[in-house]
Amino acid sequence: MNFNQNYFEIFGLPIEYDIDPGGLSDRFLELQKEVHPDRFASSSEQEKRVAMQWATLVNSANETLKSSLKRAIYLLQLKGVELEENPQLPPAFLMEQIELREKLEDIEDGDGDLDELDSFKREVKGVVAAIENKFSDLVTEDLAKAEVLVYEMQFLNKLLIAANQLEEKLLDY
Amino acid sequence: MALLQITEPGQAADPHDRKRAAGIDLGTTNSLIASVREGVAATLPDMEGRHMLPSVVRYTAEGPIIGAEALEQAALDPHNTIVSVKRLMGRGVEDVRSLGEQLPYRFSEESSGLARIETAAGVVSPIEVSAEILRSLVERASETLAGELDGVVITVPAYFDDAQRQATKDAAQLAGANVLRLLNEPTAAAIAYGLDTGDEGVIAIYDLGGGTFDVSVLRLRRGVFEVLATGGDSSLGGDDFDHAIAEWLIEESGFEGDLSAELQRALLMKARSAKEALTSAEQATISHSDADFKVDAELSRDAFNELISPLVDNTIRACRRSVRDAGVALEEIDNVVLVGGSTRVPLVVSKVADYFGAQPLNDIDPDKVVAVGAALQADVLVGNKPDEEMLLLDVLPLSLGLETMGGLSEKVIARNTPIPIAKAQEFTTYKDGQTAMLIHVVQGERELVDDCRSLARFELTGIPAMVAGAAKIEVTFRVDADGLLSVSARETSTGVEASVEVKPSYGLTDDEITQMLKSSFDHAADDAAQRSLAEARVEAGRVIEALGNALAEDGEALLPAQDIDMLQQAIKKLQERLSGDDTRAITEGTEMLGRASEEFASLRMDAAVRRALAGKQIADLDNEMSDNEV
Ligand SMILES: Nc1ncnc2c1ncn2[C@@H]1O[C@H](COP(=O)(O)OP(=O)(O)OP(=O)(O)O)[C@@H](O)[C@H]1O
Ligand SMILES: [Mg+2]
Repeated sequence: MNFNQNYFEIFGLPIEYDIDPGGLSDRFLELQKEVHPDRFASSSEQEKRVAMQWATLVNSANETLKSSLKRAIYLLQLKGVELEENPQLPPAFLMEQIELREKLEDIEDGDGDLDELDSFKREVKGVVAAIENKFSDLVTEDLAKAEVLVYEMQFLNKLLIAANQLEEKLLDY
Repeated sequence: MALLQITEPGQAADPHDRKRAAGIDLGTTNSLIASVREGVAATLPDMEGRHMLPSVVRYTAEGPIIGAEALEQAALDPHNTIVSVKRLMGRGVEDVRSLGEQLPYRFSEESSGLARIETAAGVVSPIEVSAEILRSLVERASETLAGELDGVVITVPAYFDDAQRQATKDAAQLAGANVLRLLNEPTAAAIAYGLDTGDEGVIAIYDLGGGTFDVSVLRLRRGVFEVLATGGDSSLGGDDFDHAIAEWLIEESGFEGDLSAELQRALLMKARSAKEALTSAEQATISHSDADFKVDAELSRDAFNELISPLVDNTIRACRRSVRDAGVALEEIDNVVLVGGSTRVPLVVSKVADYFGAQPLNDIDPDKVVAVGAALQADVLVGNKPDEEMLLLDVLPLSLGLETMGGLSEKVIARNTPIPIAKAQEFTTYKDGQTAMLIHVVQGERELVDDCRSLARFELTGIPAMVAGAAKIEVTFRVDADGLLSVSARETSTGVEASVEVKPSYGLTDDEITQMLKSSFDHAADDAAQRSLAEARVEAGRVIEALGNALAEDGEALLPAQDIDMLQQAIKKLQERLSGDDTRAITEGTEMLGRASEEFASLRMDAAVRRALAGKQIADLDNEMSDNEV
């Protein structure tokens, strides 16, 4: 196994942010059909071990490439950018965040209306989609700016997780 | 009894090449074994034509009695008759008590960790009880198939945690079965349905048995069964309906005080009969009368529905969560399949239909579908169908986490992550010169460690002594295709491997298993030696065969002539050792051949991956061309 191959190369995809989800999942299935340990259930221990390593690698690659946030972080890493733990964010973005947080709290403090929560999530996803679009262009032009966009995505992702947790609570999972 | 072997049309031409494989549904209430014969997967009956083996073991001084005969004695000999042992697998006594379970067993006092039961035949662990059930089924199959089984697939509830899975695998080892794979029960049912209809799309499997509830959402596409999400409750099933009825009965009778073990078991069995009667009748009568307990009650279906309604609602909640985790909309689910005896209860059917907005399917016998699916998978895994495209991609049912400061669980691998998977986490020392570290692994979704299942405590030793915070210890968690966890650790700055000692919280240690294996061959040491020689030969034969096939297929394309020559020499050497009876020489020879072929195994895999992607590239091109035409 060539451990130097990156996730894009493993899937035979160009190293770029935009990805076709259908194509990714087709390739994922084709690869697992070849490398999954079940294909080697009656082979030697060596082959089983190699299969296990490959199947694990293909699953990890798929997990990273499938998620728009993880893919963005990964792409920056490939380009040698080291992400900071506590980054500085543009004040305008932070203002927007505070407003969104307050909105979520209002939903929670109110009756916890599921429809409101739904439209809130849609709003946040819209903001994320716009940032992802910008990222896709900037990652080839201006890495410093692209890096800031990833921090913004991380921020919004945390907000979505909080929204999902509220949803779980409301639905009584 | 020797049966004639008949070659199946379209199967391996040489009947000697066909391997014997079986699928086992090791159920809470009933267990079954199935096999593919003449191209058809079916459950195998015992000599008296019974397919289901009640999962009951009665221990007597003369030895264990298994199945229907044991069940008949359950109320007379409750202490020695172990019923629903699956609910105890991988669990401690406190767990069982905290689940509110009233069980008529004498739990051994010394049992910290894994629950153990005192019986007329000594103290037994649930793993040994399950091994008896498995052994009985495996024997049935080898008689029917006229020969030892080459491998089995054993099903487990999808929602089983690591300890419960490990316990099942240990039971199989004690029973002397070669486990090809642990397969999730709903996934097995999906195989039986999917291969039967050939339909593609998204399906939900709702499996409510005697002791466990599972729901899985799968996508079927191009022969691949991809589990998108799974959920459930590994201690919710028909048994709980019985308990609810029994409690109601006790209330009706006005009885106060402690029930004897005999009475508990008798009431539970009567409750079960009433419950099953209410599936077709509107009303059931339950009566019991002895010196201390007298009751004569009428239970209507409506009243029964009211008793179990909260339990059924819990299952629907789990469905909702799994559908959400799967990332599909309810409307995208093409079919809902019912599995397990408890899905015969009318209230269950109607609540499932209500939630999914569709009439669920139950065309394949819900009692047998899991065993049949497992048999189909076993047939593929054992190598009887080299051209079969079928593949299962399953997920981790419950998040894996580590205990951090303040008793919190930090998630390392999230639930519903596709397996196999590996994740590494970095730790550091907090004291100068610290050389050991304790890591507590838990499973579950809750934030507090105490609310999760404790899987094991790992002690890392051999960390090089450094100042606090300087050592970087990378701990890697691996979950294999059976959903089983293993852990390794390395100090990254020096590359020193730290050794990991596993103390399972609710399981047997390797030593205990070895001990049990030894004592289960209570005969002379000779037998054990014979057995390991036979096993060594089988393994060597397998490696020789696999490598021979691989060389014939890809040798010339991938290896220089001298390497092929070297491998063939190595095969020949091992073959020579095979004719002798030196177990160690054979085992070492097998290992050597394995190491010699490691590089070749990697090359073959690389080539397979290239082929898969090359096929993809051409397919993409085709797509683009047809896109252009539109
Ligand atoms: N006609 C019926 N009506 C209601 N319940 C039934 C009926 N027939 C069987 N059951 C119940 O189904 C349960 C057994 O189902 P099944 O055999 O599928 O479970 P299992 O496979 O042993 O358990 P599990 O899958 O949970 O390990 C028992 O609780 C039994 O009482
Ligand atoms: Mg079952």
